[in-house]
Amino acid sequence: MGFSAPRFAARPSVDDGARHPVIVVGGGLVGLTAALDLAQRGIAVVVLDEDDTVSEGSRAICFAKRTLEIFDRLGLGRRMREKGVQWNTGRVFRGAREVWHFDLLPEPGHANPAFVNLQQYYAEAWLVEACLATGLVDLRWKHRVTLVEPGAEGVRLAVETPFGVVGLVADWLLACDGARSFVRESLALPFTGQVFRDRFLIADVVMRADFPPERWFWFDPPFHPGQSVLLHRQPDDVWRIDFQLGWDADPESERQPERVRARVRTMLDATVGPEAAFELEWVSVYTFRCRRLERFRHGRIFFVGDSAHQVSPFGARGGNGGVQDADNLGWKLALVLQGAAPEALLDSYDAERIPAADENILHSTRATDFITPKTAAARAYRDAALALAGEHAFARGFVNSGRLSRPCVLAGSPLSTDGGASGLAPGTPVPDAPVLRDGVATWLLAELGRDFTVLAFGDPAAAPEGAIVVSATPAPGVLWDHEGLAARRFGAEAGHVVLIRPDQHVAAHFDRFDAAALAEARRRAMAA
Amino acid sequence: MSGADRMGLDDPDAVFAALVAAHAGLDEASSRRLDAMLVLLLAHAVGDTGRVMAAIAEARRLI
Repeated sequence: MGFSAPRFAARPSVDDGARHPVIVVGGGLVGLTAALDLAQRGIAVVVLDEDDTVSEGSRAICFAKRTLEIFDRLGLGRRMREKGVQWNTGRVFRGAREVWHFDLLPEPGHANPAFVNLQQYYAEAWLVEACLATGLVDLRWKHRVTLVEPGAEGVRLAVETPFGVVGLVADWLLACDGARSFVRESLALPFTGQVFRDRFLIADVVMRADFPPERWFWFDPPFHPGQSVLLHRQPDDVWRIDFQLGWDADPESERQPERVRARVRTMLDATVGPEAAFELEWVSVYTFRCRRLERFRHGRIFFVGDSAHQVSPFGARGGNGGVQDADNLGWKLALVLQGAAPEALLDSYDAERIPAADENILHSTRATDFITPKTAAARAYRDAALALAGEHAFARGFVNSGRLSRPCVLAGSPLSTDGGASGLAPGTPVPDAPVLRDGVATWLLAELGRDFTVLAFGDPAAAPEGAIVVSATPAPGVLWDHEGLAARRFGAEAGHVVLIRPDQHVAAHFDRFDAAALAEARRRAMAA
Repeated sequence: MSGADRMGLDDPDAVFAALVAAHAGLDEASSRRLDAMLVLLLAHAVGDTGRVMAAIAEARRLI
């Protein structure tokens, strides 16, 4: 079969008492992304992971367009697109009947699809390779943090390894250790929100089947009456099936292979046919929660990903939200460590990512409330919306099987400047567009690089020095916006100047070039 | 929207009777679902989020 889990060698840490600029706790999807991003910015990173392999099971399978764009910058996007199952369409069924379908990327002209389905273990294995290739990431397997002592000058850690206990000190600690974060518990920080009184069986099933590469969601299907079922296709003929079980289900008996096989068999008999053969690869039973920390930065400790906020999976906002946290923090921490920006820049991580987490929690809570109605009234409205949706297009707007992850607009960010231009607002992630550079087809996002970028629309002669020029006509060295999509998506006219942050969000959008205003916007974007 | 403002419907008695009659023979759950469908259809017919929100608040106030 496709994937065999790597075993990484645990080596003794011979630097007892050493101080490191950045220590990442947790070498999962988010921790490895953060480490790779920092290393590519020239920062040495130590990653401590209590295990010696990658994720078990597919877990965060749906990588959203914005995450793929981040992975493009990190050099892994192409690999994810080529291996992963690309999809843009979601179908919603009520009973056996399709109620409607939606297209998440209805217009062409983007390097990435709305989503790529890929088992989390592939992403992690490739991130490990990429981290090692930088020469700056020190991956320490079988290293379990057992003590966290925050201090004004650094964070002291005790780390248990197969070779004994070592002490390490971090200038900055990134807690990427998941929903049950040991670092968070050590600091006794409240992690508050709600638990949904429901249970879900999540299974990776290996089978040959002809379902198209789409997201299929059933409300009350004949093969699993009264509950919902979600189906996703993954590479290697692995299918991810989520069965809603209800609160009364017993998690122990539900995860027994025979019981799971019977559920899958019933589903396949009703959808593919009795001849369809399958094997179980991974099974888990979950209760979903939506909760977060009050703040994500605590002095020299940053909580990144699930350690900071937890969402239910409807909408694919967990892994994608965590990767966007890492993307938000990496450039800021690198600038501070390099002495190019003041520590105040790090406060903007809270200012920007707490609203993003709230947005993800809001959407995933609403979806979970729709799928698991809490009251008779909620159930009546849910069923009413589903009953209407087949024939009344307006009612489809009410049906919520998950509002799928969209990039967060950092509205109200303290790093943003109002440049006075109409069009794309500050805080918005830069939209992609096909462009030609000296006759070669490329993508706008691929041209942005890793640092601050100034985009100038229109005449190259009028553009600020060092700007990337986006022109409606071809000229040497410019990005020729040959379809006009870049200008349209930015809402930019000739003369507009856009300051773009290292994480590809707009910092300021000016309707004309003013050197002083641009310099001021750049200072503000670095909290200087 | 206070009660005495205006009567937008030319035959309120008929509408009232039709609303009640629509529930004839339905069990509690179906009756509830019927009402929910009516609310969603009417919210769409109103076509204005602010007015729908105001109606929700008004109904809740009077409970």
